[in-house]
Amino acid sequence: MSTAEMRLACKPADYTSDIKPIWCPGCGDYHVLMSFTRAFAQLALPTENIVVVSGIGCSSRMPAYMNCYGFHGVHGRSLALAAGLKVSRPELTVVVASGDGDGYSIGGNHFLHACRRNIDMTYVVMDNHIYGMTKGQPSPTTEPEFDTALSPGGTGLRPFHPLVIALASGANFIARCFSGEPNGTASVLVEAIQHPGFSFVEILSPCVTFRPDEKKWKNLVHPAPVAPTNDAAKAARRIMTDDGFNIGILYRGDRKPYQPPNGSLSCELSELEKDFEL
Amino acid sequence: MSDNAPKVASVADLFAVAYRIEADAVERYDLLADQMETHNNPELVAVFRDLSRAEGIHRDEIRRMAGGIDVVALAPAVANWSRGDSPEEADLAEAHYLMTPWHALKLALAGEERALAFFTSIVETTKDPIIKKMAEQFVEEEAEHVNLVHRLLRKHPRPAASWSSDQDPPIPQE
Repeated sequence: MSTAEMRLACKPADYTSDIKPIWCPGCGDYHVLMSFTRAFAQLALPTENIVVVSGIGCSSRMPAYMNCYGFHGVHGRSLALAAGLKVSRPELTVVVASGDGDGYSIGGNHFLHACRRNIDMTYVVMDNHIYGMTKGQPSPTTEPEFDTALSPGGTGLRPFHPLVIALASGANFIARCFSGEPNGTASVLVEAIQHPGFSFVEILSPCVTFRPDEKKWKNLVHPAPVAPTNDAAKAARRIMTDDGFNIGILYRGDRKPYQPPNGSLSCELSELEKDFEL
Repeated sequence: MSDNAPKVASVADLFAVAYRIEADAVERYDLLADQMETHNNPELVAVFRDLSRAEGIHRDEIRRMAGGIDVVALAPAVANWSRGDSPEEADLAEAHYLMTPWHALKLALAGEERALAFFTSIVETTKDPIIKKMAEQFVEEEAEHVNLVHRLLRKHPRPAASWSSDQDPPIPQE
C-alpha cells in the first residue's frame, strides 16, 4: 500500500476511543479532540506508536478519549513525563495535552525547560484563560480586569504570554490555533508533529461555562498576515505586536533537537535494579 | 463557491461530497446526542438522535443513487473542507446543556441552509451539464429539508428568555 493509500485508509474514527467525553456542551475541547484524531489520520500513525500525555484539568482528559497509548499524569508534570518517555523511546510520537492552568502555572517551570531542551515532541495547550475544572479561578492567561467573586475588581496581574516565552526559551516550532477551526488546527498539528524538536501549539479553546464571553472568539480570530519565519527576533516582534488572535504557524526554527548522548537510554529493568541494589 | 469548499470536477466527486456532507451531519448529531445524554437532557437526546437518523437515511439514499461509484472510498480523498466544518455539521460551539428542541432545530436549519447554498453554488458555477443536473436535484432535496425544519420549528416555539437559568448553576468556587 502506498503512503497516499495508507493515509486514505486511516480515518479519524480509528483514533477515537469508546469513552464519551464529559466536557460541557459547547466546550472548545471537543473540536480539539477532532483535530487530534484528524491529524493522526492524516499522518497515518499506527495507534500503538502514539502516546498522549497529560496533566490535570478539562483539557487533560484528552488521552481517555483517544485510541492510542495515554498517560493522565499529575498536575503540571506532563512535560516531565513526556520528556522521559521520548528520550527513552524516541521511535514513539509523543504529544502532550495541557491547559493554561496546568501548563503555565503549576507546570510553568517545566514549560520553560522543555522549550530549552528541545526534545522532539509536540506540546498542545488548550487555553481558555480560566481554571474550568475547579470552577472558574483566574489562570495565568486571564485578563487583569476579569472581575468575579474569586478576583474582585480583577486580578490586576499582567497575563502570561506563552508564545513569546516559548520562543525566548527555545521552542523550535510555535503556532496558535482556534478550536473552532478543526481542519486548520489538524493541519497545524500535522506540521508540529513532523517538525523536529519541541513544537508548541497554543489552541484558543473557549470555556463556555465559566467564560461565556469567549464565544466571541470565533469572530475575532484571523489568519496570521505573513508566512512563518525562522528568524526568532522577527517572530518575537510579530508575536509581541499581534492582537492575540493571529492563527497559524508563527515560527519554524531550525535548532537541532536534543538527543541522548549515546542514542536511546532504554535498558532492561534488571540492569536498573542492579544500580539500586544495597 | 468558497475557496474552502472541495472542488467538484465530476459526477463522482459530487456524489462523494454529497455523501460526506450527510455522513458528517450524522456523526455531529450523534456527538451532540451523546453530550446531552451525559448532561441529562433526555428531550434533546431524542431530538438529536432523530436528526441523526434522518440524515442517515439521506446518506444511505445518496450511496444508493451513486450506483457503481464507491462514495465511501472516494469521500476522504475528494470531500474535504480546508477550514471549519462541512455544511450540515451543527455548530458544536452553540451547544448548551440546557438547550431546547428549538435551539436544536435552529442548528439544523442553519446546517440545511448551508448545504442548500453549497449545492446552489455548484449549479451556478459548474460548466458540466451532467453535474449541474445532478446538483439541481440536491438543491431540491436540501430545499425540502429546509422547509421540513421550518415546519418542525412551528411545533417548537422559541423558549422563554430564562431557558438557560439553572437552579444549581456552575458558579465560580474557591
